[in-house]
Amino acid sequence: MMLLELGSIALSVSMASAAGLVGCFAVMRRMTLAADAVSHVALPGIGVALLFHFQPVVGALAMLLLGTVLIWGIEERTGISSETIIGVVFSVALAIGSLMASGEQLIDALFGAPSVLTGWETALGLIGAAAVIIFILRAKHSLVVSLVSPDIALTTGINVARLNLLYLLAFALTVGLGLRYLGVLLMGSLIIIPAATARRLARNLTSMLLISVAIAVVSTVLGAFAGPLLHRDTGPLIITSAGTIFFLSLLKPQPQ
Amino acid sequence: MSERQRDNRVNQGVDSRQFVSALEVEHLAIRFGTTEIFGDVTFGVPRGTSLAVIGPNGAGKTVLFKALIGSLRYEGSIRWAPGTRIGYVPQKLDIERDLPITGGDFLAAKAAVVKEQKGAIVAALAGVGLNQEVLSTPVGALSGGQFQRLLVAFALIGNPNVLLLDEPAAGVDAPGQEQLSSLVRDLQEASGMTILFISHDLSIVYRYATNVLCLSRNYSYVGPPKTVLTPDVLGRIYAMPIGFHVHDVA
Repeated sequence: MMLLELGSIALSVSMASAAGLVGCFAVMRRMTLAADAVSHVALPGIGVALLFHFQPVVGALAMLLLGTVLIWGIEERTGISSETIIGVVFSVALAIGSLMASGEQLIDALFGAPSVLTGWETALGLIGAAAVIIFILRAKHSLVVSLVSPDIALTTGINVARLNLLYLLAFALTVGLGLRYLGVLLMGSLIIIPAATARRLARNLTSMLLISVAIAVVSTVLGAFAGPLLHRDTGPLIITSAGTIFFLSLLKPQPQ
Repeated sequence: MSERQRDNRVNQGVDSRQFVSALEVEHLAIRFGTTEIFGDVTFGVPRGTSLAVIGPNGAGKTVLFKALIGSLRYEGSIRWAPGTRIGYVPQKLDIERDLPITGGDFLAAKAAVVKEQKGAIVAALAGVGLNQEVLSTPVGALSGGQFQRLLVAFALIGNPNVLLLDEPAAGVDAPGQEQLSSLVRDLQEASGMTILFISHDLSIVYRYATNVLCLSRNYSYVGPPKTVLTPDVLGRIYAMPIGFHVHDVA
């Protein structure tokens, strides 16, 4: 039991770290709104899972990965910005998802419902979070070049289309990892708010990544501890903590 | 024979077969939807020479460069010599002022991707006349000229053998422009680099280009500056009389 609890803590810390890292590039790539929309696509997957009685997280992940490949494909073929495609595809997904789930199930899917995980589920979650963290740390240089200019990235030998797909998959995987804690509506916020705060406070890339991870982890731990104490759900408390830190960061004057 | 076919025959003085070509472009055409940007452009760039691309706004000069680096779909053929490593300096980029990426982050990213040592960053920075302060300054906070030079430094990391410069001197002050021009000439002379550059400054083109490609929607001419930068050709390309005389730069 103790081992499972430790695993659960490790999982939430690593999920938050992945969210902090992925978020930095989402904020710099101007995908702020897209982050919320992406998490919505998990809903039809959860709906299908509930209908056929298998793990909601599996349905959500499958749907997230499918949706990600879909927007990447549309973007590559049509040249429409991912912001627009995500806006359309994932709003439709939310609509379909809400038709498939109902009542309490829908509330759980939207806001998260922590449950006791088996050892296997915890291990898979840890592997997923580690994969995202390793990808971002290894690809950060290529991501920086391609966000400054995709054309420069091409001449630097970076496969921009492949990098975009991998980044979107890492993004989707991070959303999937956090659904249990935060649900479809709030997971996008854990990706965006710490990174948006870090962007205001940081002077270079390394400090942005570190600050973003720190805020995501602190908010998650605060939420996890405060939830049982205040008899409230952890998800909204995590986002409230992150939001409070963001508003505090506004006190810092920006260089003109 | 159409007028365009006739015009391409005017390509005076360039015979890439005499040299080993760095680049060969044949019958290149680019369309955005139903709008043709240009059609049937043919030219070659001998290794170790410089090609200036000139033409009025909207002639497709930047579009041509984007096709050359493979970021646009095109018709016709573009052949780079085997082993080509391109350093590309785009036209002005819009960078958000508060982006927490420093000059150092940007150059280190290139060095990491092309597996160069940190020393390459310092050398590239010195080459374009930027001081180390740029390394800790966010790229969005650099002046237009500083950022342009940073882009050139970025392009130089990884030992490119071809440089594509899209108006590299735009926004750079007069001493900086001179420094950039002489840097490019030195690179060409010292390392035999092939250079393609877009410029509106005909005196720079006259002094530094081995050949000139004049581009407009309906015509394209290639040749050495002396034979191409004539009132007749310039008048047809810009669709108005252009007063450029060789003694302006002599």
